[in-house]
Amino acid sequence: MLITVKLFAHFRNGRFKEAERTYPDGADCLHVIHSLDFTARDMGIVMVNGLHAALDRTLQDRDTLALFPLVGGG
Amino acid sequence: MDRILRVNLTDLTTRSEETPAAWAGLGGRALTSTIVAKEVPPACHPLGPNNKLVFAPGLLSGTSASNSGRLSCGAKSPLTGGIKESNVGGTAAQMFARLGIKALVLEGVPQGDAWYGLRVTKDGVEIREERELVGSNNFAVLDVLEARHGKKAGVISIGTAGEMRVTAANISVRDPSGKLRSHGRGGLGAVMGSKRVKFITLEEEGAPGIQIADPEKFKAASRVFTKALMDHPVSGTGLPTYGTNVLVNILHEAGGLPTRNFTAGRFDGHDSICGETMHDTIVARGGKPRHGCHAGCVIQCSQVYNDKEGKYLTSGFEYETIWGLGANCTITDLDDIAMADSIMDDLGIDSIETAVAFGVAMEAGILPWGDGKEMLRILREEVGRGTALGRVIASGAGAVGRTYGITRVPVVKNQGIPAYDPRSVKGIGITYATTPMGADHTAGYTIATNILNVGGQVDPLRKDGQVELSRNLQIATAAIDSTGMCIFVAFPALDVPECLPALIDMINARFGAALTGDDVAELGKTVLKTERAFNMAAGMTPVHDRLPEFFRTDPVAPHNAVWDFSDEEVDAFWNF
Ligand code: SF4
Repeated sequence: MLITVKLFAHFRNGRFKEAERTYPDGADCLHVIHSLDFTARDMGIVMVNGLHAALDRTLQDRDTLALFPLVGGG
Repeated sequence: MDRILRVNLTDLTTRSEETPAAWAGLGGRALTSTIVAKEVPPACHPLGPNNKLVFAPGLLSGTSASNSGRLSCGAKSPLTGGIKESNVGGTAAQMFARLGIKALVLEGVPQGDAWYGLRVTKDGVEIREERELVGSNNFAVLDVLEARHGKKAGVISIGTAGEMRVTAANISVRDPSGKLRSHGRGGLGAVMGSKRVKFITLEEEGAPGIQIADPEKFKAASRVFTKALMDHPVSGTGLPTYGTNVLVNILHEAGGLPTRNFTAGRFDGHDSICGETMHDTIVARGGKPRHGCHAGCVIQCSQVYNDKEGKYLTSGFEYETIWGLGANCTITDLDDIAMADSIMDDLGIDSIETAVAFGVAMEAGILPWGDGKEMLRILREEVGRGTALGRVIASGAGAVGRTYGITRVPVVKNQGIPAYDPRSVKGIGITYATTPMGADHTAGYTIATNILNVGGQVDPLRKDGQVELSRNLQIATAAIDSTGMCIFVAFPALDVPECLPALIDMINARFGAALTGDDVAELGKTVLKTERAFNMAAGMTPVHDRLPEFFRTDPVAPHNAVWDFSDEEVDAFWNF
């Protein structure tokens, strides 16, 4: 299945901003996270289609997964 | 013992008073709001002789505690008609504290046309007539005052917007780099202008300095506190690297980035204005990605932004300004936005209020959507020269909406709603609605918990838990605003267990007190209730604690969220 993966802040360093990538059916957020050499502990905010998602959330074809380190502002 | 300095502009006299015992434990917002509530008649005209402008450093200002250099300023607001406190970095808070000045209170208005400059030293405050700088903007004021009093002097000033008494006028405070920071919100610059005070300088030669009751305990607590700030990923890594503007992409992704005067929650041009792009631009042009707005800030969320030629353009370039002119006005050229930030700093107008006003002005067809060059022209030639259009824009979003017959006017208590859509981030909607300050994200920053996963997680799109979240954060914020701490200490305070106790220990060690966490929460509650009572006496009712109607009727993409709280649910905020 096709997943749009977006990376932010220092997650982009040496990787990419946005990419369409293919994953096996039934893959979850953590699967994608590991495929990018991140660990669960690196994650600040994980969103699927603009909604906060748990790491074990199963992805669907054409989902957009956005990964942010813990950052903030105000 | 710290003193209260009073300057009466009606008869041009000054007075130094012992601090009343009841105010001894107050600082920052707690003190400005207490003095305004006690001494300003709630129904008075904010620009008339009965309003007072109060400056107060926080309880820990002037000490070596990290991030403790914030200065509070309070008055009845000409923008909201209610009580106002706005706090800022810069060097003045620490100087007030070291000079042993608990608060500086400006009272009355002069009879004639003359303008004045105030000079604060260890001997008190002097009033001098000022001719040279009247009609000058802030950067020129800073240069001239540096030549008069040296690089180390503190400066608090208004630009021509404050002289014109427009309701978006702010008050500037010199920062450690000789640039400025602003008491941005609520039109406090108009109050200073109404008192015909162009600037206040501070010199600390011979100042008594700070006495710490228990220096050892203070040092130990300060170490724990600083470590918590440095260890937390938001305050220790994220903020110093990307600044507050890292939020553009986060809010875009979450669908909470108000776009085109609050008609959408995502902005196609987000990549050109986001914190990541800004960081790379700053580095490529030899600017500084991290910078502190006052000495002793260990977080350093601020930055120095250079133009294409590598020359200084602006600093303290915040997410809210970039959102407001960027997504909200659909301007995608970050250099235009940076130039606007610099012009607004120079004129002395609030960059949030003005940006929200430009969004309404674009909706009214005064200038095209996304036209950064025309926005800059209006700032320079209309606002800068005080034309009729310029004064309407510099009177804020509400004024533009009323003047041009617009219904989508994002304000609460007539103050422009900042950078988070309350339909898709519902907790912040409760804060906008209920804070006595008028729409203000800093009053109870639920974005932390709704969006950033700091201090837990409360689903931003659901109503559950939002009132309680906003209440807890508003109480904590009112207390933190009284300590002189930057509000960003809230990120580690929400997550690191030893952070808040260390903050309380520092206050206790400074004053020889024995406050507990409960006392601090009580202080926050008292501040909020004092401010609310002032607003009610000024003629506000619970109906003023409402968001504009369009948030109920117009769903916002991508989640098609609407504002769906009942009036009773909002009013329950005050059940404490
Ligand atoms: S973190 Fe930012 S706003 Fe807070 S004191 Fe430091 S520079 Fe100023």
